[in-house]
Amino acid sequence: MNLMLPDSGLIFWMTIIFAIVFFILAKFGFPMITGMVEKRAKRIDDAISAARKAEEAIAHLDQEKERIISETRAEQAQMKKEAAQERDRMIAEAQDQARAEAQKIIEDARQKIAEERDAALREVRREVAILSLSIAEKIVRENLSSDEKQKALADKMADEASDLYGVSKS
Amino acid sequence: MKLFKFIAVLLLMSLWQPVSAQEKLEDDVKDGSVDVADMLFGHIGDSYGWHITDWNGKHVTIPLPCIVRSSTGWHCFMSSELEHGHRYEGLFIAQEGRYQDKIVEYGENGEIIRPFDISITKNVASLMFTAVLLVFLVLYTARWYRRNDASEKAPKGFAGLMEMMVMMVNDDLVKPSIGPDYRKYTPYLLTVFFFIFLSNLLGIVPFFPGGANVTGNIAVTLVLALCTFVAINLFANRHYWKEILWPDVPVFLKFPIPLMQIIEIFGMITKPFSLMVRLFANILAGHAMILGLVSVIFVTAKLGPVINGSMTVVTMLFGVFMDCLELLVAFIQAYVFTMLSSVFIGMSRQEEH
Repeated sequence: MNLMLPDSGLIFWMTIIFAIVFFILAKFGFPMITGMVEKRAKRIDDAISAARKAEEAIAHLDQEKERIISETRAEQAQMKKEAAQERDRMIAEAQDQARAEAQKIIEDARQKIAEERDAALREVRREVAILSLSIAEKIVRENLSSDEKQKALADKMADEASDLYGVSKS
Repeated sequence: MKLFKFIAVLLLMSLWQPVSAQEKLEDDVKDGSVDVADMLFGHIGDSYGWHITDWNGKHVTIPLPCIVRSSTGWHCFMSSELEHGHRYEGLFIAQEGRYQDKIVEYGENGEIIRPFDISITKNVASLMFTAVLLVFLVLYTARWYRRNDASEKAPKGFAGLMEMMVMMVNDDLVKPSIGPDYRKYTPYLLTVFFFIFLSNLLGIVPFFPGGANVTGNIAVTLVLALCTFVAINLFANRHYWKEILWPDVPVFLKFPIPLMQIIEIFGMITKPFSLMVRLFANILAGHAMILGLVSVIFVTAKLGPVINGSMTVVTMLFGVFMDCLELLVAFIQAYVFTMLSSVFIGMSRQEEH
């Protein structure tokens, strides 16, 4: 059957035609298409990796932000704490100062009071002495109105003076 | 299920009147009104003119140039010169014998000899048409890439379709089969794929520029298989040749009698041979099936209107089915040829493991 026998003329033409088609397509056709598609694929890959990098950078930024925030928080807390300490210290200092001041005032007052009292006491003694002298004068005057009485008194005083002397001697 | 019963009954009915039908059919064949075998082989074989249709009892044929080198030198003429048994400068078309339907001449002793014949036959014309169409389609696609920046956007329309198919062959067939240095082979394998695919598709088209049985012709598939054979063996590495010439088997299998070498070389040839026969037989069978189905309509024309009418319906259904199947086969055969070619090429480039 001639269906199974390859015809030489057809082989000849097929070889030539296929060679020409192959030459044209291999030179101008397919490498153009595959090359361009590969270029595009590469570009898409690049874009994807760039996006991934950007994502990573964003994640990194997020971390950075978190870190900064927490750092700031810590700093804030520290500052608060320091401020509180400072305040406490100042309050304590002020209290101490006030206390010292008050002490001093009290001390002064006490001293003044003591001085005043001494002065008052002296005055009172002086008054009492004057008073007792005047009283004594009146009494003496009364007692010395008669001779007997003068004599009695002189005796008495002599006794007293001897007693006093004796007591002081003993 | 109902449809199948219907078809089965119709088929049985057509078988039921064999005696009278047979006689009638034989009469018809003698009359020359229906000669299925002749029609079938006429369509799937090659011819010098491109027969398009019959119009008012006349053949409408596109004459094609015949280029023949006979004993009297080169002859170049149109195929219409040889129609109806006419002779041209001692050349004529043999009606029977070994060279049936080929241009022959009488030798010195009166025997029929065949001259060197590179006529532009129907298949060659179809090949040229396919080649021009293919080059146009691919260059048209490539032009898009030249005019546009493909890294910015993807093509739409036809260029997009071509890109999809090119990249399917490139990424799914060539790249995994051949390995890292697949780029060298991509143009060849893509050309083979599109050439076979387009030829197959044009073969299904029933009217003029299509309809020729190009990839169902063994000469065409022979050339394609030879190209693959060259591609396999030309760039094969040392390991491949070592496996063939000095395989890793006990010495007595390869030394005084080169048993393994013979088997390996036989295997070298069977690979492209299987490619050749697979494509050829698949496309040929598809064409034969469709033509056979269509001719059922004409064969049953003389069996009465009922049978003919019902058979026409059945035939049309089968014909539509077969055409769809052929569309699938057109793609599958191109795919398989390309895939096996790349697998064989990949095997010839395998490193020692």
